[in-house]
Amino acid sequence: MLIKKPISIKSSEITSETNYLNRRNFLKSSTLIGGSMISSSLIGANLPDEPFAELKDVQPSKYSTDEKINNFLDVTSYNNYYEFGLDKDDPYKNSRDFQSRPWSIEVTGEAEKTGVFDIEDFIKPHLLEERIYRMRCVEAWSMVIPWVGIPLADIIKTFKPLSSATHVKFETLHDRERMPGQKSRVLKWPYREGLTIQEAVNPLTIMAVGMYGRALPNQNGAPIRLVVPWKYGFKGIKGIVKMSFVKSQPKTSWEMAAPNEYGFYANVNPKVSHPRWSQARERRIGSGVFASKQPTQLFNGYGEQVAHLYDGLNLRRHF
Amino acid sequence: MLTAKSARKFFKLPVFLTCLLPFLFIITDAYEYTGSLGANPIENIQDRLGNWGLRFLLISLAITPIRKITGQAWIILFRRMLGLFAFFYVLLHFLTWLILEQSMVLPAIIEDIITRPFITIGFLALLILFIMAATSTTNIKKKLKKRWHTIHRLVYGSSALAVWHYWWQVKKDITEPLIYAVILSVLLLYRLWYKYKSQKLMSLKTKNPA
Repeated sequence: MLIKKPISIKSSEITSETNYLNRRNFLKSSTLIGGSMISSSLIGANLPDEPFAELKDVQPSKYSTDEKINNFLDVTSYNNYYEFGLDKDDPYKNSRDFQSRPWSIEVTGEAEKTGVFDIEDFIKPHLLEERIYRMRCVEAWSMVIPWVGIPLADIIKTFKPLSSATHVKFETLHDRERMPGQKSRVLKWPYREGLTIQEAVNPLTIMAVGMYGRALPNQNGAPIRLVVPWKYGFKGIKGIVKMSFVKSQPKTSWEMAAPNEYGFYANVNPKVSHPRWSQARERRIGSGVFASKQPTQLFNGYGEQVAHLYDGLNLRRHF
Repeated sequence: MLTAKSARKFFKLPVFLTCLLPFLFIITDAYEYTGSLGANPIENIQDRLGNWGLRFLLISLAITPIRKITGQAWIILFRRMLGLFAFFYVLLHFLTWLILEQSMVLPAIIEDIITRPFITIGFLALLILFIMAATSTTNIKKKLKKRWHTIHRLVYGSSALAVWHYWWQVKKDITEPLIYAVILSVLLLYRLWYKYKSQKLMSLKTKNPA
């Protein structure tokens, strides 16, 4: 099914929509660059303002895994983004017309520099890096995704948080018209997430603006989302419009919805079961119908970089 | 009104084939050129088979009320077939879990059945359906006489467990299990109401012998 857009759009956008639906040619195609968007400055990141447009000057990272990357269709058609519906393919189906421009991000709280920033200005001072990370969903499936983003530490530095800031809180856009899933009361909107400041500035934590070398598709959180690879996927808040430096541990959406099932930390941990299912093993998406599940690793295998953050913390209690 | 004989003659095969359709659609979806099972094919197959198992359970439970309300006695002929289809889909749902989801790793399977309440109750529901399917032939029914009805009343328990099993495994949105729960409640409440009504009728009759 091809959904036609209004006639007023640019031809480059039609190309990207066609490619969106035509997955086999998509990755091979090099014709859908949002040419006009890739412009000006040589320093810093430029964010093309349409989903799937190619990102320029993306640096590789030593934090990337060399595991087999999941295919683009799986990553973009199977995920949770309740703002666009509850089924795994709802984000893919229902986010097509979502407009992620203009977009601004409000920075508030315990920091020297606060205010409302256009996404371009928010991104501009930084370099883009590709981070190929494992993503472990709390529902016991996993993927390997080539994100493109900026270390959150670099972003945080520019706002000069005060020493009183112990946590960073994030919020997703709250707009029932643009995000029809918010008409359901399944979660308290806006979607809220948070990290300790130490977690936020850990080198693994990134704000992603792309994947597969291109700007983020709507269903994966365009235009900007959090990626915290050692935590369950729901910590990776999408469509971020607000970042606050706060003095205490913020309440997160899933914590508010089911405090006995979803904690603030949500670190991947095979030994701490979800109350209703085991977290010991995970299904790697794309591994085929006859592949068995693989063992889940503590901190999703990123213990070397993050285990020290939780020294002395009872991971069973602070799940 | 349709007679039992002609109903069986005309409808048996079409009903049978219709009941098989959800299974056929899974097969065609598994084949790359005719469909897709999505990014997580095992979950897709398991969910669809489980859903259809539950639906056929509820459909088979609806037969008696429909018969009583409409007076169409012949539809009772299809109750056994629909019940067996419920068992068919639930069994395939279980086998998908056993073979594809758990890869037949016995310790993990036993641990899950014992320690995961939603799996425990799903397993119990399956066992009940198994007993019912195994005693579903006309011969066995005749042999068991009254006890057959006692055994087959277990279907109420099995359906409640099945709905509960579904309810317990959804992450947050309980809309769908709630719909099944409401339908099941209506079907069970109808039976209670009918029993109450006929008992009252009986007592009236005994009080005023005609």
